Amino acid sequence: MLTYTIRRLILAIPTLLFISFIIFLIVKLSPSDPTAGLPLTIPPEVREQIRQSLGVNDPILIQYFKWLKLMLWDEPLHLLEGWTGLNVAPDGARIISYQTRSPVMELIMQRMPQTLWVVGTSYIVGILIALPLGIISAYKQYSIFDQVGTFVSMVGFSVPTFFTGVLFIVIFAVNLGWFPSVYNTTHVVTDWPSFVVQVKQIIMPVMVLGLYNASQISRYMRASMLDNLNQDYVRTARAKGLNEKVVVLVHVLRNSMIPVVTVIALNIPAVFGGAIITEQVFKVNGIGQLLIIAIQGGDVPVVQTVSFIFAVLIVLFNLLADVLYGVLDPRIRYD
Amino acid sequence: MPDGATPFVLDVKDLKTVFRTRGGEVHAVNDVSFTLKPGELLGVVGESGSGKSVTMMSLIRLLPMPPAEIRGGSVMFEGQDLAHVPEETMRAIRGARIGMVFQDPMTSLNPVFTVGFQIMEPLRKHMGLSKSKAANRAVELMELVGINDARRRLGDYPHQFSGGMRQRVMIAIALACDPKVLIADEPTTALDVTIQAQILELIKDLRQKLGMAIVWITHDLGVIAGIADRVMVMYGGQVVEQAPVRELFANPQHPYTRMLLETVPHIRGERSEKLRVIQGQPPMMGKAPDSCPFRVRCPHAFDRCAEQNPPRFDVGPSHDAACFWDFKTGAPRHV
Ligand SMILES: Nc1ncnc2c1ncn2[C@@H]1O[C@H](COP(=O)(O)OP(=O)(O)OP(=O)(O)O)[C@@H](O)[C@H]1O
Ligand code: SF4
Ligand SMILES: [Mg+2]
Repeated sequence: MLTYTIRRLILAIPTLLFISFIIFLIVKLSPSDPTAGLPLTIPPEVREQIRQSLGVNDPILIQYFKWLKLMLWDEPLHLLEGWTGLNVAPDGARIISYQTRSPVMELIMQRMPQTLWVVGTSYIVGILIALPLGIISAYKQYSIFDQVGTFVSMVGFSVPTFFTGVLFIVIFAVNLGWFPSVYNTTHVVTDWPSFVVQVKQIIMPVMVLGLYNASQISRYMRASMLDNLNQDYVRTARAKGLNEKVVVLVHVLRNSMIPVVTVIALNIPAVFGGAIITEQVFKVNGIGQLLIIAIQGGDVPVVQTVSFIFAVLIVLFNLLADVLYGVLDPRIRYD
Repeated sequence: MPDGATPFVLDVKDLKTVFRTRGGEVHAVNDVSFTLKPGELLGVVGESGSGKSVTMMSLIRLLPMPPAEIRGGSVMFEGQDLAHVPEETMRAIRGARIGMVFQDPMTSLNPVFTVGFQIMEPLRKHMGLSKSKAANRAVELMELVGINDARRRLGDYPHQFSGGMRQRVMIAIALACDPKVLIADEPTTALDVTIQAQILELIKDLRQKLGMAIVWITHDLGVIAGIADRVMVMYGGQVVEQAPVRELFANPQHPYTRMLLETVPHIRGERSEKLRVIQGQPPMMGKAPDSCPFRVRCPHAFDRCAEQNPPRFDVGPSHDAACFWDFKTGAPRHV
């Protein structure tokens, strides 16, 4: 298992290099001008100098390798320094945002906590709703519970989050006035009342994303449980005189979780992607919003970096899913 | 033995099981009665769909309900009517007082738990053994069923065992709590001929050592001839003939049994020859039979067979057959 993991990690390197090159090219070749956002009064010669200083006129491969070196070496060291306080960061240039002129990595680190809070909580909420829902639905197949549950999760799965998001805002924020419609990122939790405020403002984005995740995962859970409930080993478990709780929650669940855990791991990067929209709807200033603003402003370094981070997440969670599969299923031996 | 007055470990009377399906009812078991003496081996034969499995699963209530429904009859076991005891009591009997072995050892064990865990489960549940005591007993059981190096193999998963070895594990599970009755539903059908012979030898041997009564379901009359004390022939969800094994082979009194015996391959142990080779369709079981279910395929059928479902007539010492035709006189019965 360990050698397998290491082998996969090594294999991930060329994959990521390739992805990074594609991302770099696509973003680079899109017709955007780093000076487009500057005031109109700036004369063309100055604009040209600015472009020159940003290095956008260099041959594309040179630009790519410069960016890659910063992305893979300098920036991670800066991150490390930021986290540990060790003095390891190199001095030279960094990946700088065209719009804010500050290092992209710092922008990302500022935005990350908001996204992690919303995405993380919503994913956990989604899983907590989905697992029991899927288990009961499958165990009581065709019951009212199952039919309602299946219908709701089908709706939840097919309605996009930007629609449910707006719907939630209209119902709970505008009409009922229970929760604020905008997520205030500057809010700091210091005591109980401020915690309540935080909970109130996070509920809607978390529910919107969480319900979407729940509807997806519960469908997997239900399908996987149904697959297993009809297996011969379930009859054996019952023939041993075990009670239904043990039969279902030990024997069947342990088997059913194998594909579901894999799907949960595989979906984590996708949830980040989905958060882009939800953040936009609720004005959460997280990574997703950063990306959208960067795209609109032609901020190439930010778009490249955020996209690359998403790519790294996808590759890593793919790997994690495969490793988990091997851990959970004794029949799988990778070595 | 606190069995009351009956000389039987198991006394099944007029058992009736119906499946309620979308396409209507399936009368899978129609008024089946039989008994089992302590230590006796009862062979049950009949073509596919004749209700062998459903009968045995009904009496330990291991059928999915719904769609299955036990509509009548009694199953006396150790002074209790299993058809009417609460589920709790039934669970205490399943896997403890009555053990089961199924056809397909490849799928009957849970793939994600160790063999040791699966053998220990009934021990811990029914006998309340501690983990280490259960492990010791599991090792004993594995040795008993002929698994070498038992202590080490306790931690192995089912996929690390061959089919024959897995069936031995299943037998160990079924025998874990020293049951009074073992129900074996085609336990050798899925195995190679040589492995089949080994499992048969094992069962014979265990029967000597442990003295439990056995119900052995099979398609293979050759197996029955070698192992059974008494044979029950089923057709269309009913018992059509029942006799001590020699008597049945020497003196069959039901046309269906006679046809079965004609299809037995002459070389013993050849199992490609299944019972399906009898011409004609098995009966529809949409309603409780009001005529002889074998009528359409029977060479002796006459008008009475269409008007009435034959009861089981005594045709010899502990030998009965459900047929209006009397082979001894070569004429219809006058009852
Ligand atoms: N879940 C079910 N729903 C509806 N009908 C069923 C169900 N299970 C079994 N039956 C019906 O019950 C009848 C008896 O089936 P059973 O499995 O007892 O046959 P069998 O004698 O064991 O056959 P085999 O030798 O193939 O194992 C069959 O006609 C079958 O179609
Ligand atoms: S009762 Fe009639 S139809 Fe049925 S087996 Fe006997 S002779 Fe044949
Ligand atoms: Mg069967």
